[in-house]
Formats: sequence, C-alpha cells, structure tokens
Amino acid sequence: MNARSPWSEERATAVIAANRHLRGALLPILHALQEEFGCIDEEAIPLLAREMNLSRADVHGVVSFYHEFRRSRPGRHTIKVCRAEACQSMNADGLIDHIRRRLKVDFHETTADDAFSLEPVFCLGNCALAPAVMVDETLHGRVSPARFDAIAASTLAAEAAR
Amino acid sequence: MSAPLHTVYVPRDAAALSVGADETAAAIRAEATKRGIPLRIVRNGSRGMLWLETLVEVETPEGRVAYGPVMAEDVPGLFDAGFLDGADHALAHGLTEKIPYFAKQERLTFARCGIIDPLSVEDYRLHGGFRGLERALAMTPAEIVTEVTESGLRGRGGAGFPTGIKWNTVLNAQADQKYICCNADEGDSGTFADRMIMEGDPFCLIEGMTIAAIAVGATEGYIYIRSEYPHAVATMREAIRLAYDEKWLGDEIHGTGHRFHLDVRVGAGAYICGEETSMLESLEGKRGTVRAKPPLPALEGLFGKPTIVNNVLSLTSVPVILDKGANHYRDFGVGRSRGTLAFQLAGNIRHGGIVEKAFGVTLHELLYEFGGGTITGRPIRAVQAGGPLGAYLPPSLFDLPKDYEAFAAVEAMVGHGGIVVFDDSVDMARQARFAMEFCAAESCGKCTPCRIGAVRGVEVMDRIIAGEKVASNITLLNDLCEVMTDGSLCAMGGMTPIPVRSALKHFPEDFTRSPTAVAAE
Repeated sequence: MNARSPWSEERATAVIAANRHLRGALLPILHALQEEFGCIDEEAIPLLAREMNLSRADVHGVVSFYHEFRRSRPGRHTIKVCRAEACQSMNADGLIDHIRRRLKVDFHETTADDAFSLEPVFCLGNCALAPAVMVDETLHGRVSPARFDAIAASTLAAEAAR
Repeated sequence: MSAPLHTVYVPRDAAALSVGADETAAAIRAEATKRGIPLRIVRNGSRGMLWLETLVEVETPEGRVAYGPVMAEDVPGLFDAGFLDGADHALAHGLTEKIPYFAKQERLTFARCGIIDPLSVEDYRLHGGFRGLERALAMTPAEIVTEVTESGLRGRGGAGFPTGIKWNTVLNAQADQKYICCNADEGDSGTFADRMIMEGDPFCLIEGMTIAAIAVGATEGYIYIRSEYPHAVATMREAIRLAYDEKWLGDEIHGTGHRFHLDVRVGAGAYICGEETSMLESLEGKRGTVRAKPPLPALEGLFGKPTIVNNVLSLTSVPVILDKGANHYRDFGVGRSRGTLAFQLAGNIRHGGIVEKAFGVTLHELLYEFGGGTITGRPIRAVQAGGPLGAYLPPSLFDLPKDYEAFAAVEAMVGHGGIVVFDDSVDMARQARFAMEFCAAESCGKCTPCRIGAVRGVEVMDRIIAGEKVASNITLLNDLCEVMTDGSLCAMGGMTPIPVRSALKHFPEDFTRSPTAVAAE
C-alpha cells in the first residue's frame, strides 16, 4: 500500500532533519520523502535546495535521474512488471499485454479507480522463476495471466478486509 | 520429556516468497497446532534449487529431508504422510544434500546459504562464521592482502580484476579516511546470487567487508543495494544491527581496537549505478553519472578518498579464503580463473537456480546436466551469458569452459555468472533491438556514443526488422557498434554492442527474416 499523504512542509522538514546527518544524505532523504508522500512533490525541490544548500537545478537533476522517484502520487498500489531478458524468455511481453488490457493502462499510468499504478522494471532478481511481478513490496514469480488476475484480486480483497 | 520437537525449514528468500513460502510456513504452523505437534520453524535462506521452491526441509537423524515445491494446500497431506519423520511423499526428494543438483556443486561462497538461520549470529558461528575474521585480526594488513592476492580471487561483478591488487592499491594509499563500498546493485537480468546471499547469509558479507576494512585501514563501509531488493535491504539492515550488538561491528571489534562502521544505502532504479564510479556518485547523493578513470576509485573514490569497491560475491568469498587459506581456494578453477563462481541459471530453464562450481565447468554441463534444458521442452536456441551487456551464444559454443579468458576469446564474458536461456521461439533481431533500447533507457547520458548511439541503434534495428534496406542498415549498425565500443566512457555504452553483434554473428538469419527484406535488396 502506497503512502499518499498530501504535501506538508512541516512534515517534509522533519523528514529532512531526521536524515540530514547521513553522509551523502540526498538519496536517503528522497527515499524517506517518497515513503511519506508517495512521490517527490514539486514543493519538495525548493525546500530541499534550501535545506541542503544546493541549487534547485541540482536537486531536480538528482530526482529526475532515478527511475524510482515519482513526480506524481501513485495509485494505492504499485505494480512493477519485469521487462528484462530472463522474463522475456518466458513471454513477459505477453504478460505485459495482458496486464495493460486488464488494467486499461499503459506503463507509468494509474488505473481509473486509483487502485494500481503500473511501472516497468528491469529485473527483480527472480530470474529463475520468470516472469516476475512486484506488487508494492511483495514479489511474485511464475506469473501467468491467470495468476496475475488472482494477485490483483487478492490485493484488492486484502485492502477491503482492512 | 514430552514429544520430540521437530525442526522444519521454510525459506525466507524472496524467490521462495514469490511462490508462496509465507503461506506454506503459515499452513505448516496451523496444521501442527491443530494436531498438537510441537514444532520449530526456521526461516532459512534458499538452497538455490529455485524450481523446487517452496523447498521445505525436515530435520531427521539422517540429515535434512527435502519436500518441494510445497504449496500451502499440500501441507495437510504431508502431515498425513508423516513428513516430520522424513517419510516418503510425492513431493519428497530424500536428503537435500544428496539431490544431484546440490551434491555436484562446490560450495565455498554459498556454503552456509540455505542451511542456517540468516539472522542468527549463533548459527553463523556454529557453521564456521567469523573464523576468517578472527584469523585476519591476528594478521598484519599486508598479510591479509597477500592472502587474498594469492587466492587468485578476481572481481565477481563482471570485470574480473584481481581483488588483491585492488586492495593493495588502497592499502598503500595515504589518507585520513578510507572506505569499503560493496556494490550490491545487481541489475543484470539473469543474476540473483548477490540477492540470495544477502538474504541467506548476510553475516558473510559483513565479515568479508570487515576483513577488507582491516586489510586496508578503512573505518567506514557502505552496502549499495538496489531498491528492487526490499527483502535483501531489510535482511542486511537487521544483520548489521545484530552484528553491532555482538561487537562484530563498531568502535572496538571484539576488543581489538579495530573500528569499522557499516551502513546500507538504497539505490533508486538506475542500472548504471552498478558501474562503480556511478555508484560512488550515487552514494554521495548525486546523479549516478559515470566518472572518467583515472583517477581510480582505489585512490580517489568515495568523497575523494581511497575506496575499495567490490561486488557482493567478491566480498563474500573473502571469509572462506581467510578461514581455509589462499591455497584451498586457489585449488579450485582453471588457468587464471581460480576458485568458484555461483552460476545462475535463469529464464527458460527447467531447473533454474544457483550452481556454485569451480571455473572450467562448461555451458553444456550447466544447461543440461544441472538445468535440464528448457522449461517449455523446446530446444535451447541461445543463451545470454553475463547480463544485458553479455554475448548471445548459440549451441555450437556450449562446450566452452566457463573461465574469463576462454569467454573473452570468443568475445563473450562470464560477467557476474548469469545465464539466461531462450528456446527456439526467440527472435534474435528483437533481442538485439532490446539491447539498444535498454542502453537508451539506462544510459547515464554523460557520453555521446552511448546516449545518442543507443537511440540511433534502436532506430536502425527497427528498420532492419521492418526489412528496410537491410544490407546497408546492417553495415550502419556495425559502424555504430564500433563507435559505441571505442568511444564510450564505461561498459554501458562500450559493451551494449556485444549482445547486438553476437546476435548478428551467430543468428544472421533473424536479421533478414522480414518478407520484404529480400524484395527490397
């Protein structure tokens, strides 16, 4: 389940303060901000620049370099589908077509009901049990189209049960 | 005494979890409670026989008996059959260590993986853990470096640079601060050995890094783990906490006056950060752009200080080298490739997993004797060895022994030991296109041949696949590959041509398959 709190400068400042003692603190801080807000909010860029004594261009440069940092809030769950060679050899492309059709979204998009954001990923380290998919932080292996449907359904069912 | 306490092992490795290990463990717990059977469940790492996951093991007087793949719904039947006493069952495989896939391996680095509780210092100690470090603590730094040099250990990340020589450079560098950085940004498709050992034997990495620190006089270390590995991150962080508790890390390592502090840093989805200088930039909190070398990281690395950058498997091979001596390790292997490598069988393979063998094993042995051919049952047409920057090899090269020099001689690489298997449905022109697409997506952008070349490479491949002026576009592709090889700063742009050219060389028919191709010429 993704955190998706609305932007709060006060909380962001606290997150920065809790991590700024680290060597090379910017990446750990960006991870912590994304964990808090679900993305790196536009407001975070000038704040980080001020707090870390960097230019806004520097901060923007780092945020935009890394695929993992989002600029907009995700759906409630993130689905990462592996597109790399080991999964290709087990027809990941077919699985990806199925997922796109099933969720009616393309990569980097969020479903209309806000339940799932779909992201491509190059390798989840589950290459002997391909194709692999990660839903939030839960890894799944040997994912057939039918198994994907079951995983998506059980993710929503678990959410409803809470 | 009441009924004997049974011990059951259910892996906590991410691959096992991906096929339901948590559900299986919960089902075993529930069934035992229902039947009033006292039970101890140990969440071990994986033995590396991933097609058998979830591989449940039961402790018996004869040894651990394996059952797999065990799904939650198989559990009541296993209890009925008496699996807690090692009874026979459709999913039984006998003693784990007698399973041929496992028995035929030479496990040095992965000796404990899948056997111990990864987060028990006591278990680690019982299985020989920290013996290498204890020996290192009684040696001079130069003696430790000599031991590693004489073992013949070469960088397991892919480049194969002699580890001892790198360490010696850092040892001899004069600085107020030195660092040990472990590259755990295992981004190559078809590789998962770093992940498995971090999840299955994390203290082994801590021990290896601490030995490295003592050897070169470093007091701080970082493990850079990719964000796609949340389980490895959590396991390493917990193991580091436990190691501090037990004084294996900190200001006074077991009262010796040696100081070493270790922290985990998490990547953010950039493949290029597996390149050592890019990783250092990322650790410093910057964009992961590649640095020009020289200066070598060994002299000017993290924050400009002398730094050892080693792969997880290099560092986790160090404890056994120090424990059993350089000769023991060097006795494995062939030529200038000494010791063992954890080969990873991946993709379309029936028996996928980790095979730790001495260098010199052939692809054929790995693919058929261990791997059992494809899972689809179709013939193997190609394998990609050494990750996305590695060559595609046809069956005519499967007798090649796995060693750094033999592979280099056919323009291929052992790399990190990953082998991705494709059956005869693969279209090698598409794979060549993907290599360029991947480079375009993951290039750090610093140098033109890589940043622009990869984009042009995709376009050229699209024209070839569409059957447009195939012959002249293949000439253009070769020319582009040459520019990328000669003109790129690092392996990303410099080696992307390897999969492209090997596909073209070994599978030319796939590049002229388009129905319009012939007509257009």
